Amino acid sequence: MRGHHDMGGLPAGKVEPTEHQYAPWEKRVDAMLVLLGAPERGLMRTDELRRNIEALAPDVYERMSYYERWMASIAATMLQRGVFTADELGRKLAEVEAREP
Amino acid sequence: MSGGQADALPVHFGVGDKVRVRVAHPPGHLRTPWYIRGQRGAVERICGAFANPEELAYNRPGLPRQPLYRIRFRQTDLWPDYAGPKTDTVEVEIYQHWLEPDEAAP
Repeated sequence: MRGHHDMGGLPAGKVEPTEHQYAPWEKRVDAMLVLLGAPERGLMRTDELRRNIEALAPDVYERMSYYERWMASIAATMLQRGVFTADELGRKLAEVEAREP
Repeated sequence: MSGGQADALPVHFGVGDKVRVRVAHPPGHLRTPWYIRGQRGAVERICGAFANPEELAYNRPGLPRQPLYRIRFRQTDLWPDYAGPKTDTVEVEIYQHWLEPDEAAP
C-alpha cells in the first residue's frame, strides 16, 4: 500500500512556492533536532525523523505544518528511544498548557 | 555514512545493465518511491555504498552498506498518457536490494 506521504506521480495542481519568516518556535525545533542528533548525544537520526513523519495518519499529516510534523516526529522518537515516558510527556504538556498566556 | 567500500555488499549490476524494481510494500521508511516499483530501467551510474536507511530509521546500523544506483527510466514507460518526447527520461536513485535483473529485457 502506498504511504500517504509517497505522493510522486499523483495528479496535482501547480506548485506555488512561498516564503515565510520562521517563527521562533520553528527555529527551536530545528535546533533541537540538530542537538539531539549531534555525535556526542546520538539520540536521533534523520531517518528516524522521516520514518515518524511518514507514520503520521494522513489527516494529521495534512493538517500539520512542516515543523509541526518535525515536532511530532521528535516526540515519537524520544518515546521510542526511552528518553522520556508517555506519562512524563503528558504531564509536561499539561504543565505548559496551564501557563499564563 | 559515506560511500566507502569497507563492509559494503558486492556490487551486482554494472552501468547499462537492465533492471527491474522489486514490487514490495514493507512498512517503515522506504527510499524507493511507490510509482517506480515494478518499473524497468537501466543503470546510469553506481553512486557508492551506504548504510541502509530502512534500518537507520529504526536506529540500527544498516550494515553491511548497500550499493546505491542511479537508474534511468523512460517517461513513456512510467506514464501511459505522457505527452512529452519519447526520449524523455527520469532518474531515481535506488538501493541494490530493491533491484533485480530484468529477465525480459532484449
